[in-house]
Amino acid sequence: MSLLEVKNLTVEFGSNNNPFRAVDSISYSVNEGEVVGIVGESGSGKSVSSLSIMGLIGYPGRVSADELCFNGKDLLALSEKERRAITGADIAMIFQEPMSSLNPCYTVEFQISEALKIHQGGSKKWRRERCIELLEMVGIPDAKNRLKIYPHQLSGGMSQRVMIAMAIACDPKLLIADEPTTALDVTIQAQIVDLLIDLQQQKNMGLILITHDLALVAEVAHRVLVMYAGQIVETGLADEIFTHPQHPYTQALLNSLPESAHGKERLDALGGVVPGAFDRPTGCMLSPRCPYANEKCQQPPPILGEPGRQVKCFTPLDKTGKPQ
Amino acid sequence: MSELNQQTATISSPAMKTPLQEFWYYFSQNSGAVAGLIFIIIISITAIFADVIAPHSPIEQYRDALLMPPAWVEGGSWRYLLGTDDVGRDMLSRLMHGARLSLMIGTLVVTLSLGFGVVLGLIAGFYRGVVEVIIMRCVDIMLAMPSLLLAIAIVAILGPSVFNAAMAITIVSLPHYVRLTRASTMAELNKDYVIASKVVGARPLRLMFITILPNCLAPLIVQATLGFSTAILDMAALGFLGMGAQPPTPEWGSMLASALQFVQRAWWVVTFPGLFILLTVLAFNLMGDGLRDALDPKLKD
Repeated sequence: MSLLEVKNLTVEFGSNNNPFRAVDSISYSVNEGEVVGIVGESGSGKSVSSLSIMGLIGYPGRVSADELCFNGKDLLALSEKERRAITGADIAMIFQEPMSSLNPCYTVEFQISEALKIHQGGSKKWRRERCIELLEMVGIPDAKNRLKIYPHQLSGGMSQRVMIAMAIACDPKLLIADEPTTALDVTIQAQIVDLLIDLQQQKNMGLILITHDLALVAEVAHRVLVMYAGQIVETGLADEIFTHPQHPYTQALLNSLPESAHGKERLDALGGVVPGAFDRPTGCMLSPRCPYANEKCQQPPPILGEPGRQVKCFTPLDKTGKPQ
Repeated sequence: MSELNQQTATISSPAMKTPLQEFWYYFSQNSGAVAGLIFIIIISITAIFADVIAPHSPIEQYRDALLMPPAWVEGGSWRYLLGTDDVGRDMLSRLMHGARLSLMIGTLVVTLSLGFGVVLGLIAGFYRGVVEVIIMRCVDIMLAMPSLLLAIAIVAILGPSVFNAAMAITIVSLPHYVRLTRASTMAELNKDYVIASKVVGARPLRLMFITILPNCLAPLIVQATLGFSTAILDMAALGFLGMGAQPPTPEWGSMLASALQFVQRAWWVVTFPGLFILLTVLAFNLMGDGLRDALDPKLKD
């Protein structure tokens, strides 16, 4: 049984008559010790889908799913109290903006031990020792003397390390990292990713890595989900997706990387933007931007392929990168 | 190498300022605010030790010295430094005891309205929806009425006394705190650290009072100091209208009111209470200004 099982998860905003589907019936699963990458451009529903797993979508958003199981427990059926006991302890999350993710009014120690206090209790002395241990684990030197410092005294990379320490404080089984490196500079990005993967392997956690950094996903993820306009358009093992993309959107994403523009004068780009609430096309969401679109694409596309390697398209691309 | 190490050691030696030291650094840049603070400290000490410092009892009437002018004016006596009023009570002693009343009322009003205002504002900002509508519309109604008129109406219902006047001023100044807290709560609510706290599993009460409230405090502290001066002013106004402290309690506003008929003959009976009200209110406003400069990071360079 997988750690997290999501079936037909939908998140809607707006009125009941004319809802806007930020996440549109997505299904996936995460196993223990597995790194799943979710990629897609801004506005494709990556963050909203992970927030809905954490139960952080408040009014006016509506979350529905056929199945949203964590470790065999149906998250949507739990009471708010039972759910609070799971989030934070068994599922943890790291955010995009390390500088604003720490409360400016409290010391590092207070914030890390908050999770410990809520979920594990223990004496104050034990919590302090655990804090030092956690800070050392995430590679903060001189941890003992750093307990009493405030977030404004930390750099971005250090803040992100503290955030990671907070997230792993209760030894979660699943860690959701929502663009953990976007706000950091390149050298720190590499360090933070190494740290995350290290911890993930040590503790055999499931890790959902949300990012638009394709190179990062290619390097560390086992499986990849490509999202576009709230839908998962392609899933598969990382290697397969990056060597033989089957969906035109994935292909366009890969083509837009600077590496694939070698020898060209201009970078390849996919024209247009992700459709918003009022300009959603009928049928395939990508059809207005897709170079291979035809009349058929005005209908909702089918999901082709076997479990583990699926693509949501009428005419998936073959190994030469041309539509079949 | 060792030389290099020494050098870095000397460079990094200036110690980090604690938040309090940093606050004081910015606060002391503003000389008006420091002057206000000093005046407030002096007046507070006077108020606390009024029994010891005051040369006379505030309610004892010296029948041989009615409307005696201040000491430095012709006909004045050093026995009564700031003169006496129409029934022969020492002005200086009455002002000192009046300071006690004014500051006490100020403290009471600010504490109560801040406490209730923060709780209501937090609830409105945190839960939104129907709760917010109910709280905020009530606040809007209160703000739609002239505050002094509303205070007078409340005192008229409850009956004139110092305590009732304080209650009335508390109710009247509540809306400002509610609005301020709600606005800052809403701004803070969407920040990542609140979501992070939610992820950790914090309950709503913990989120409201431990996670969010400390981050909303800066504007509230400023509003509270400014509210202090408004409370003193409103109290004086109510006293002047006979709705606050009743004679013979020494209160700055009622001192003004009872001496009004002698304003032509004896300038000192109205000047000194008025001056004290003016200076105290000014001191609190100056200090509030300095606090805002020191606490609002946007104004720091």
